[in-house]
Amino acid sequence: MASEPVPAVRTESLNLWYGTFQALQDVTVRIRSGAITAMIGPSGCGKTTFLRSVNRINERLGYVRTTGRIEVLGHDVQGAGVALTQLRRQVGMVFQRPNPLPLSVRDNVLFGHRVHRTPDAAITRAEEEPILEEALRKVLLWDTVKDRLGARATTLSLEEQQKLCIARLLPLQPRILLMDEPCSALDPRATGAIEELLWDLRGEFTILIVTHNMAQARRASDECIFMLMGRVVEHSPTEEMFVTPRDRRTADYVEGRYG
Amino acid sequence: MFQPTPVDLRNRAREGLVRWLLLGLTLVIILPVLLILGVLAWKGTPALSLEFLFTEPREAMTAGGILPALVGTVWLVAVALLASVPVGVAAAVYLSEYAPDNALTRIINLAIMNLAGVPSIVHALFGVGAFVYFFRFGTSILAASLTLAVMSLPVIIVSTREALQAVPRAFREACWAMGATRWQTIRHVVLPNSVSGILTGVILEVAHTAGETAPIMFTGAAFFVPFLPEGIHDQTMALSLHLFIISTQVPGVPEPVPFAVALVLISLVMSMNAASIWVRTRLRRRKKW
Ligand SMILES: Nc1ncnc2c1ncn2[C@@H]1O[C@H](COP(=O)(O)OP(=O)(O)O)[C@@H](O)[C@H]1O
Ligand SMILES: [Mg+2]
Repeated sequence: MASEPVPAVRTESLNLWYGTFQALQDVTVRIRSGAITAMIGPSGCGKTTFLRSVNRINERLGYVRTTGRIEVLGHDVQGAGVALTQLRRQVGMVFQRPNPLPLSVRDNVLFGHRVHRTPDAAITRAEEEPILEEALRKVLLWDTVKDRLGARATTLSLEEQQKLCIARLLPLQPRILLMDEPCSALDPRATGAIEELLWDLRGEFTILIVTHNMAQARRASDECIFMLMGRVVEHSPTEEMFVTPRDRRTADYVEGRYG
Repeated sequence: MFQPTPVDLRNRAREGLVRWLLLGLTLVIILPVLLILGVLAWKGTPALSLEFLFTEPREAMTAGGILPALVGTVWLVAVALLASVPVGVAAAVYLSEYAPDNALTRIINLAIMNLAGVPSIVHALFGVGAFVYFFRFGTSILAASLTLAVMSLPVIIVSTREALQAVPRAFREACWAMGATRWQTIRHVVLPNSVSGILTGVILEVAHTAGETAPIMFTGAAFFVPFLPEGIHDQTMALSLHLFIISTQVPGVPEPVPFAVALVLISLVMSMNAASIWVRTRLRRRKKW
């Protein structure tokens, strides 16, 4: 038997508390490398919390406590030698509300790249230009913003802002993209555009996307994880989850009989 | 159609009442300010002249000008800000961006609040003990300015911290999630977006520092120094102390002179404020979200 490829993200009995409230309970999952995995479940079931544990951004809140194991690309991210800056370079995150930085479009796209390059790498503006263009082309934004690269990113439409938030991750060459309801602030047409983008990026990145939109989960993902009250109820290939769910609670949820 | 109901009429009446009440209270605040400025301008202008601004006092301060005091106040305020702004902003950045929410942090915050409540004469005594004697700065601009700086730290820290906190957390998270360190985040996103708020605190403290008398009285400001300070180790005259002295300690000062001194002091503060407000408005125009 061929050895199974290393999962992009693997957790083992992950528990997380906000103060005394337990938001994740015994979460054990394997996120397949190179696939799009959708996380679904009612509000407050812990999807965002899970995503934010993977890049360890949750721990900036002083009252968060975790137990269990989180591996990214086969490595324990809570190990002693882990540089958070490198972890976050490999694991990009797109937030629920588009949050471009209050800088120009250009500075937004190049922000991560500038933060990570060595101080002596004297890169001129001309050398940054191809990086900028490639990232914006990949999210299909180049043609719309190429004439306003100096404009404030916050003046773009929400759809453009969210695409920009994806684009700014690309120069870092991440392996995994965590997306927390990236379309929830967008109208249906913009949602469609972002979904298409996801398909384009598929294969190149492992994508873990949280969504409230069942149709979107079904259309846009290879695997699905259904969570309820901090636990993983079911994790299966998307078609299977929607056609022949194993758990009655999953069936109730995907058919909309649930909150 | 669309006739107001009794409820609408009642709400409308209440709306009018509140509006006039708020306007009235605002005027109550403005009135004393206008009155003070008016009286000062009316009574002080006769004594104002270029000679008054640019010469030294003569004849036991009953004649001549106020140049040493004017220059001295500028020195005191400038040196005080040079000390208090970097320290205050650094402390606020630490408290807002780095400090964990624990007992020590809460104690520090409490201490800052208490420092804000210390009367200025107590600051003066502290300044004498700490700067004049312990650090051996003597009675000098340095000692007086550091005393003023300590006095203005709480306001600068608190207002800076508020300004930093007003920068949405989403921006910080966006940076962190790209692998930026806390300092990179602060340097490139948080500070540039809070300078205008930080300046507000600084503006308040310019006025406060320029006007205080007690903290400088024993630490560096002198009754009468007939020449201009040449460095931070000199003693100096100051407008606030000069005003106090000629109004209470010196016989035979012509009546308009104290008013003119007060007018100059207020104008100095107002022009410094105007400058900072201008800077702040320009920075705000570049704002951002
Ligand atoms: N910063 C926080 N502090 C305290 N409780 C939180 C925090 N964030 C989320 N929670 C709680 O944790 C649970 C899971 O939240 P979340 O992960 O945001 O759910 P989801 O993204 O699935 O809607 C909710 O009950 C929520 O109230
Ligand atoms: Mg959520």
